[in-house]
Amino acid sequence: MVRLASLVVAAALLVGCGSGGDRVTVSAASSLAVVFGEMEAAFEAEHPGVDVVLNLGGSSSLAAQISAGADVDVFATADAAHLRGIATGTPFATNDMVVATPRGNPGGLAGIADFSDPALFLGLCAVGVPCGDLAREALHSAGIDPTIDTEEPDVRSLVTKLLAGELDGGIVYRTDLPGLTGIEIPPEHRTTARYEVAALTSEGEPFTAFVLSDAGRSILRAHGFGTP
Amino acid sequence: MRRRTPAGVVVLAIAAVVFVGLPLVGLALSVPWSDLPALLTAPEVATALGLSLAASLSATAISLVLGVPAAWVFATTRFRGRSVARGVVLLPVVLPPVVGGAALLFTLGRTGVLGGPLYDLSGLVLPFSFAGVVVAVTFVALPFVVLTMEAAFRSIDPGFIGAAETLGASPWTVFRRVSLPLVRSSLGAATLLAWARAFGEFGATVTFAGNLPGRTQTLPLAVFVALESDRRAAVAISLVMVVVALAVLVGLRDRWWRT
Repeated sequence: MVRLASLVVAAALLVGCGSGGDRVTVSAASSLAVVFGEMEAAFEAEHPGVDVVLNLGGSSSLAAQISAGADVDVFATADAAHLRGIATGTPFATNDMVVATPRGNPGGLAGIADFSDPALFLGLCAVGVPCGDLAREALHSAGIDPTIDTEEPDVRSLVTKLLAGELDGGIVYRTDLPGLTGIEIPPEHRTTARYEVAALTSEGEPFTAFVLSDAGRSILRAHGFGTP
Repeated sequence: MRRRTPAGVVVLAIAAVVFVGLPLVGLALSVPWSDLPALLTAPEVATALGLSLAASLSATAISLVLGVPAAWVFATTRFRGRSVARGVVLLPVVLPPVVGGAALLFTLGRTGVLGGPLYDLSGLVLPFSFAGVVVAVTFVALPFVVLTMEAAFRSIDPGFIGAAETLGASPWTVFRRVSLPLVRSSLGAATLLAWARAFGEFGATVTFAGNLPGRTQTLPLAVFVALESDRRAAVAISLVMVVVALAVLVGLRDRWWRT
């Protein structure tokens, strides 16, 4: 089913890219939506005549589109594993996992240890989704067997339930914290998403260089990402 | 009597069936048939199937209890604000399910407009519970009962109602003994449509009730989550959904819908 959908998207991208050489297609993980939107504007200002097209989605489905032949110039993924067999990536950003509560922490969470408190309403991303795997890795490292109430299909839907105050706590990326209250996970248990970027064509190289440049790094840091 | 059907109509009809059927063929081709028994006997699949059946049947029952009277009122009475009331009840047909789920969350959630007082009074929390799944699924299924039954009630020859009333039948008797039997086949269609919509519901459920195996994870949610972690399992569960839905739609259609 995903493969079929990927083929359709790949076909759409192929058709879309047939027109000109000044179009750069960038496939980026959805958690990069805001920051890459800003990168696109800054890059286009520096390179008049070049049109950067963002193709946002889950890292695994973006990788499937590329494997199915989509004409993509740059691939930026939240999980380096997705670049395996496609290209060699360069690390460009990190995003720590943090405990998040609704603003003001109404459930009174003290930290990651409270994830075994059955009286609290707690959520994580599902297994197989990067934010879910990284959260479980941190919990496992801290020796906590979580009592959770929901395994959300992606980090945005987890954040929605935290913003609505329906969950007392969840584990999300640091960049998801606006509007929420964050509690740090102790450094010895903290897990971190490592983003990598790769140019898949020579047309993609200038944009990739921009992402790795000082200008690119300062945009990333302004949005809460870490830079290696 | 058999009538001749214009060739163009036949071609378009075939195109319709192929258009919808082709992705199902694609799904069937990607099924890992040799591993299927192992994938389908995983306890999570049976749990999700049971939960899906329980939730969709409960939602269908509630939709009938609430939807048939609503359809009857819309079809037989005129009152100020009727078109607004009808529009509101039918809205979930058009609304993206995620929007419906979010609306339910903000209204009936623990901190919601109605859910807040409910929680303070009774300690009852709908999100992340099976009851929450039934609420979400009913929200999207109910309009199909109203839509189908309103059209059915409107098609009743008013002469029958008039005759019953002349013979001294009370409005309740007319509704129960005259109107309902006359729309029996539509009632079957409404039940089937509501159940089908409930069985396949995803967006409102995951947004309002969340996703936890054994508590709120229905089959569509299990498929969606498995797509990220184990695609073969996702395809296998999809196959279960297709088989169950097809069996019900094909098996009951001729019995309930007079064709």
